Amino acid sequence: MSVIYLLISVSIFVAICFFIAFIVAVKSGQYDDDYTPSVRMLFDDETKITSQNNNSPIEEKQV
Amino acid sequence: MEMEQFYYDNKIVKKFIYATILFGVVGMLVGLTLAVMYLFPNITDGISWLSYGRLRPLHTNAVIFAFVGNAFFAGMYYSMQRLLKARMFSDFLSNLHFWGWQLIIVAAAITLPLGYTSSKEYAELEWPIDIAIALIWVVMGINMIGTMLRRRERHLYVAIWFYLATFVTVAVLHIFNNIEIPVSALKSYSVYAGVQDALVQWWYGHNAVAFFLTTPFLGLMYYFVPKIANRPIYSYRLSIIHFWSLIFIYIWAGPHHLLYSALPNWAQNLGVAFSVMLIAPSWGGMINGLLTLRGAWDKVREEPVLKFFVVAITGYGMATLKDQCYLLKM
Repeated sequence: MSVIYLLISVSIFVAICFFIAFIVAVKSGQYDDDYTPSVRMLFDDETKITSQNNNSPIEEKQV
Repeated sequence: MEMEQFYYDNKIVKKFIYATILFGVVGMLVGLTLAVMYLFPNITDGISWLSYGRLRPLHTNAVIFAFVGNAFFAGMYYSMQRLLKARMFSDFLSNLHFWGWQLIIVAAAITLPLGYTSSKEYAELEWPIDIAIALIWVVMGINMIGTMLRRRERHLYVAIWFYLATFVTVAVLHIFNNIEIPVSALKSYSVYAGVQDALVQWWYGHNAVAFFLTTPFLGLMYYFVPKIANRPIYSYRLSIIHFWSLIFIYIWAGPHHLLYSALPNWAQNLGVAFSVMLIAPSWGGMINGLLTLRGAWDKVREEPVLKFFVVAITGYGMATLKDQCYLLKM
């Protein structure tokens, strides 16, 4: 079952990479706020071009 | 503060959606043909390239890698740009990814019926196509990570983490399961033998389901369900725990495909133990998705995206529970 050494080392290596990514993410404050990101993703600043309703900020200025 | 204007690349999304529709139809037609062959087993007698053994891998590969793969890429290119507030890193890489992936599918659709196969389930394609898959996958990864580095949003939304895990893990699994020695242009033999080969194969096979079919679509769920329901995910904290626990546990569950086989008993049991633990993140994610709709179930009536997601999330919950029952040695 020598292949198990290969599989376990590869899996551990991937796991360690993700663990480092996790630590870096926590240290850099990615998870300090665990609520706002879920609301912020709902907002897009996209310019929506529709015939009846112009949401474009440029258009609004002209009105 | 100066207003910055940039454009999302929606063309690449459209291309992947058209490919999804095309290969969804093709893949399921092949599946239908196979189903008919259960009723009339001799219907394609004498035509070797329409025999059951050659069509079955064509069906699974088409549905998993062509239909589901293209669907994920479409959703990823759409949501990633919006979540990171940036256009994709390189339009050239996006298009290379698209056309490369479609060429790989065409190559699979030709070689599998002709009988070229490495005989590993879900990894049947022969070595030149395996190399192409690895290269195109890395192209996607560079494009993905490049976009992450150029983002205009400080926080990486949980969906992005799911996409990233998909890229990294599928690359590793694909490469290690397909280490093979070519004997001719379209024939190779795996470097592993016997039960060792079986263990590598199911380490791949299980995690191909995990990281090609599950994590990408959980990422899409975390984007599209809140977006279409127009309310935040039930618990963002739970989604973070869901992601990190899922990826650390999933990769160890492969041996449960080899119960009562020549695989050492301890390895079987270890695989089962990790698989049982998986119910926590799986159901955590399912509940998180469904509870997002609390107070917004009326939207399910009108939004087709939500209809599909509700069915998908419920099915995911049932399937993971079913797995828990199947993998116990009884």
